[in-house]
Amino acid sequence: MLHKQPLAFYSEPLAGVDQEELLGKLIVIEGPDSVGRSTQVARLRAWLEHEGHAVLDTGLARGALAGKGISQAKDGNLLGPVTMTLFYATDFADRLENEIVPALRAGFVVLTDRYIFSLMARAIARGEDRAWIERVASFALVPHAIYYLRAEVRDLITRVVLGRGSFDHWESGMDMRFGSDMHDSFVRYQARVIRALDRMSKRYNFVVIDAAKSPDQIFKDLQRSIAKLFKAT
Amino acid sequence: MVEGIDGSGKSTQLSLLSQWLRSQRIAVAFSEWNSSPLVRETTRRGKKKNMFTPVTFSLIHATDFADRLERYITPLLKAGAVVCADRYAYTAFARDVVRGVSRKWVRNLYKFAVRPNLAFYFRVPLEVAIGRILGGRNAIKYYEAGMDLELSRNVEESFRIFQGRILDEYEAMIQEVGFHVIDATGSIEEQQQQMRRIVMEELGANLRNGVLRASQGDIDAAQAAASVL
Repeated sequence: MLHKQPLAFYSEPLAGVDQEELLGKLIVIEGPDSVGRSTQVARLRAWLEHEGHAVLDTGLARGALAGKGISQAKDGNLLGPVTMTLFYATDFADRLENEIVPALRAGFVVLTDRYIFSLMARAIARGEDRAWIERVASFALVPHAIYYLRAEVRDLITRVVLGRGSFDHWESGMDMRFGSDMHDSFVRYQARVIRALDRMSKRYNFVVIDAAKSPDQIFKDLQRSIAKLFKAT
Repeated sequence: MVEGIDGSGKSTQLSLLSQWLRSQRIAVAFSEWNSSPLVRETTRRGKKKNMFTPVTFSLIHATDFADRLERYITPLLKAGAVVCADRYAYTAFARDVVRGVSRKWVRNLYKFAVRPNLAFYFRVPLEVAIGRILGGRNAIKYYEAGMDLELSRNVEESFRIFQGRILDEYEAMIQEVGFHVIDATGSIEEQQQQMRRIVMEELGANLRNGVLRASQGDIDAAQAAASVL
């Protein structure tokens, strides 16, 4: 069911979307928190536009409908795990129907900083049922390519310490109290997220990229692979 | 919990029932469809600007339900309270399907919901329900009338078609859910008597022993006795 043609639906077709009309490309960058996804998305966008492609970039919780509500709910630290999963799913559906599909119709390259896979991995890491969340998210379109920036937890910690300099409540899974402090909880939670993403890797046909490589090298790898996508058609 | 189309009188009946339970010193809590404070702003934004699609409409209501379940209903049930819910997942099974999501998908979506101890369905002919709605309120709202489905440009006509299809979905799920069907054309008093009789038949033993009133017992015992009506 999962190795389907790009821009097919995984299993639940959205009303009013004719696949034949979708002319663009859908490219997903996945990976855990702090792995360096947004840097790559920004560079890819600049490169693709330079090549003459129109690009839409989008990411989790940025939608017009639910983005604001999610960030407010997270401020209050009162979000239960199932509620959080479904709130993110709402936001995803809103962006899929109102941003991604229209952009694909217009022939854009849609570059998305995470897709349903992070949403599902976070849910699974919090102990929710894999089959349940997979079916909930089955209205998603199959991307042309899914690049999974894979890192070990210790590398993520280095990035957090050198980057922001502090652990984030949600990125540490502190809502579930996986450990007695932010560090311990971060380690256990992110390990669960990574494990969940690893398990999806084959099922969903991820292209795995070692995030320990230099950002320049990663960018080159991505460029090479994406260039092939354009040649293929 | 109670289900039925708009104007079936279910809320009135549930309120009478909860008063009756309270009068017997049973700890009763109440939860209403689409009432989570966490999700309210988002729902309001979506409705005001007509931003919803069938899928986002379905998902935001499931989010609302999950929030009430996680933060309110489940802890109360563990405490041994009787929770009266005005509409439950079955509202989504009916309404969201009429909006165009698949029956299978929406049933999976609500898999995290606890199964209610008792489910009442207030059956009423469409014309009776519409008469009650139009008599009591001045304006039917956009989504209530299913105007997003473009069934008709006339609000009343759209409401009629939309509620009629919801009614069909309810009727079709009676067996699946195990609804206790209440004839909602009867007098308020008759319907209430019938509800109370069913509650006593189905949950009488639980209500005498397990619920929060004599709540000293351990959590497991309380949980076993907890009820969602």
